[in-house]
Amino acid sequence: MTVSAPAVRTPAGAALRRFRKHPAAVVSVVFIALVVLAAIFARPLSGHDPNAIDLLSARSGPSGGHLLGTDSTGRDVLSRLLFAGRISLGVGIASAAIAVVIGTVLGSIAGLLGGWVDGLVMRLADVFMSFPSLVVIVVVAGILGPSVLTMVIAIGLFQWPVCGRIVRGVTLSLREQEFVLASRATGAGPLWLMRKHIIPAALPPVSVVATLAVAQAIALEATLSFLGLGVQPPAASWGNMLTDAQSLTVIRSEPWLWLSPGIAVALTVLAVNFIGDGLRDAVDPRSSS
Amino acid sequence: MGAFLVRRLSINVLVFFLITIAIFALVHKTPGDPIAMQIPADQLNSGSAEFIAQKRAELGLDGSLLTQYWHWLTNALHGDLGYSLLNGRPVTEVLGERVGPTVELMGVGLLVSVLIAFPLGILAARRRNSWLDYGATVVSLGSVSVPVFFVALIVIYVFTLKFQWFPSSGISDPTNPSLLNTLHHLVLPALILGFGNSGPFMRYVRSSMITELSADYVRTANAKGAPPRRVVLRHAFRNSLIPVLTVIASNLPQLLAGAVVIEQVFAWPGMGQLAVSSVNQHDYSVIVGFALLIAILVLMSNLLADVLYTVVDPRVRLR
Amino acid sequence: MTAEQIPGAAAASVPGAASAPGAAAASVPGAAPAAAQRVGEAPLLRIDGLSVDFHTDDGVVHAVTDVSLEVVAGEIVAIVGESGSGKTVTAMSVLRLLPKAAEVSADAIAFRGTDLRTLSGSELRKVRGGPVGMIFQDPMTALNPVMTIGAQVAEAVVLHQARSDKKAAWQRAVELLRLVGVPDPAERVKQYPHEFSGGMRQRAMIAMAIANDPDLIIADEPTTALDVTIQAQVLALLKKAQAETGAATILITHDLGIVAELADRVVVMYAGRVVETAGVGELFATPRHPYTKGLLASLPRMDVDVDQLDPIPGNPPNMADPPAGCAFHPRCPLARDKCLTDRPPLLAIGAGRTSACHFSEELA
Repeated sequence: MTVSAPAVRTPAGAALRRFRKHPAAVVSVVFIALVVLAAIFARPLSGHDPNAIDLLSARSGPSGGHLLGTDSTGRDVLSRLLFAGRISLGVGIASAAIAVVIGTVLGSIAGLLGGWVDGLVMRLADVFMSFPSLVVIVVVAGILGPSVLTMVIAIGLFQWPVCGRIVRGVTLSLREQEFVLASRATGAGPLWLMRKHIIPAALPPVSVVATLAVAQAIALEATLSFLGLGVQPPAASWGNMLTDAQSLTVIRSEPWLWLSPGIAVALTVLAVNFIGDGLRDAVDPRSSS
Repeated sequence: MGAFLVRRLSINVLVFFLITIAIFALVHKTPGDPIAMQIPADQLNSGSAEFIAQKRAELGLDGSLLTQYWHWLTNALHGDLGYSLLNGRPVTEVLGERVGPTVELMGVGLLVSVLIAFPLGILAARRRNSWLDYGATVVSLGSVSVPVFFVALIVIYVFTLKFQWFPSSGISDPTNPSLLNTLHHLVLPALILGFGNSGPFMRYVRSSMITELSADYVRTANAKGAPPRRVVLRHAFRNSLIPVLTVIASNLPQLLAGAVVIEQVFAWPGMGQLAVSSVNQHDYSVIVGFALLIAILVLMSNLLADVLYTVVDPRVRLR
Repeated sequence: MTAEQIPGAAAASVPGAASAPGAAAASVPGAAPAAAQRVGEAPLLRIDGLSVDFHTDDGVVHAVTDVSLEVVAGEIVAIVGESGSGKTVTAMSVLRLLPKAAEVSADAIAFRGTDLRTLSGSELRKVRGGPVGMIFQDPMTALNPVMTIGAQVAEAVVLHQARSDKKAAWQRAVELLRLVGVPDPAERVKQYPHEFSGGMRQRAMIAMAIANDPDLIIADEPTTALDVTIQAQVLALLKKAQAETGAATILITHDLGIVAELADRVVVMYAGRVVETAGVGELFATPRHPYTKGLLASLPRMDVDVDQLDPIPGNPPNMADPPAGCAFHPRCPLARDKCLTDRPPLLAIGAGRTSACHFSEELA
């Protein structure tokens, strides 16, 4: 009667259709694409060396020569902002990748082996999740000394449990299905099972948590660098560009110094979160309605 | 219920010991002679070689790693966390005076986040897919996305520098440490901490309320003639609190992470500020003491979550 | 939609040809048992032309279409059908207990002459749990897990007190639980639903439904979730509660055994429409719709061998895309070409009886 038979569509096509229904997510994809391009073409876009010190024009406001002004040693804020984008995005993606790899491996091991291994892995996930990663990294950076590599590994290490749980859940449900049992019976190894069955099935939900992990990692990197425990100067990161703004004089009289990197982090993290949200609804329509 | 709590307690204690091993491994990694962290600096500098050697033996530093760990752990559990490398004061004392301000900030911050998250989450669940719901979702996404330090800078710019309504530094004026003055200092940091944590809480309240509002007993309450307010608050909300309280309790460590940043920006003399300054000044013994304190906080939060879970749900309580 | 359908003609209780609507209700002398034999009395509840649509991702689902029925004071009317036939939705629409996604339209939903749809929220709440009590299917989920049984029964009392008196309400709760056969009620009021067995929970539900001496009880599958042995006890209790309060009852069930035991009159629903109405005796003696006949054939009886049970072949239709013509035709042994295209209207086929089958005469 009033029902129109739904046209035959592929799952991916349907997911894309649902994703496009989220205006915020679509705008965010465009925004992130621009941020990535700006980070890649940082040098031609900015026209300045991010580390070139020019004490004569230090602490000057936005002008034709320096669109976003200069910092306390006369470095061009815009060029530092663009180069910082490389580090922030790089740290975000690398940490999320570590989390996804650890999560996928541990999650499928837990799901495939079950029993006490499963219990141990899940308990481990609980422990990692109950610790505030920022505080732990503060402690670790305090003792081992701050470094980008330590930070990336530490962030990734604290983000794997979400991914691990999802992969475990997918593995468990696959284990119930006959074709997987059949491929096990023919002597397929766990690696083969992972590549052939687990990873394809886990990909949609994992893509959601990976996106959210990128957002979290970017925010975490910025916070750690702001505290002086992440990316070390002279390398620029959005977080450490704000470190200078811990004095009231800077906050008051040189807002260009802290507003632009702050807005850059906020918008980037927000956009990646919006994309993650849109992806979630796209791969799992039940979550939205 | 007893068996459940005993099981959870033993798991948590086990985890705690594993974490102390991890912390000890970090201690082992610190540069310099470990004895410097365990006796006051003046004794270390003035003491004779024999005295140091005797101390070293007492502290088990000559023994195997296991002996060293055991000595370190038993001392720590007895409240002896060594001495600050910076000023020679006992670490327990240095940390102890910082606990109060942090607890104050976290407590009020938690209250603020609950006051934001509960009403907003309930309203968003009741009017699903309305503008209010979308608005609440965007606000909650914003609260998790915009880093807390940037929010703090904006707030300081507006409310301290432009309007001069609230101070942005310290816990109170040294000249006027009254309660009112302390509260005045607390407004901005607590609001920011509360806002930053309200996002996840709101989403939990919302999804929990959506589940409960569609439950059969809600229809029963409606069929009895209960007014909407009563149906939502007395029936649905009370049920939704079961998962929400557990989540809030296990989120306390995350609240501390926010406090660390906010204390740094607002020069709030709490544990977080101490931790960051100790890191910058390489005061390893204080950092290690801080790490132990965090481990205890995490342990306590997990236990609190377990206890709350058994207390608020009659089905678990009486089993 | 077929052209020959006339709104109102599909009423479940089609009186004589020209009598005023509602006047004769379904109570033609001799046709219905004693409780319904009050000729000329206005019905307690009159539903007229009720349709309920749900807007879903798969399109519009017509859960209920053009259902009319009347209940007179004191009688027990059973609404029978498979799950998805619209019987629960029909009952829930009386007190507006359907989810927001439901789009309800009707010519009338009148209780004691007042159209419930015109009531404000607070006026409607006076009816809910007051003169109309409800009993739900699953007493495990229908009771609030974090409130004591006593608090929930007392709540039903307090909400309808002129002046709030919690102490009196609590005592009344104890008294009600004793009335419905909960042993040691003074102690058990303090317990939570999970400490009650299924049957005891359903007794508590019944206590809540009769708390304010209702005129109408709507019981939605009151025994479906219970063990067979408990079912009999709860049915006996329902019977007793009905006898003591004198309340009319709408009994929603898929179980014809329960119908035979309790009901005065039966409304059979299929695919969101009424397909047959009759007094309980006539319905069991001479079903005049092939669906009813199929239901009866699938009912285990003392005098028939179990292996002769004959369930209706096929499945209930997908309500997002029901069959054209008579919705029952894919499963109907009598189906002919006409049934594929023309939907049979619900017509009076005798005193107090209706049927929506082109060939109801053949079944007589």
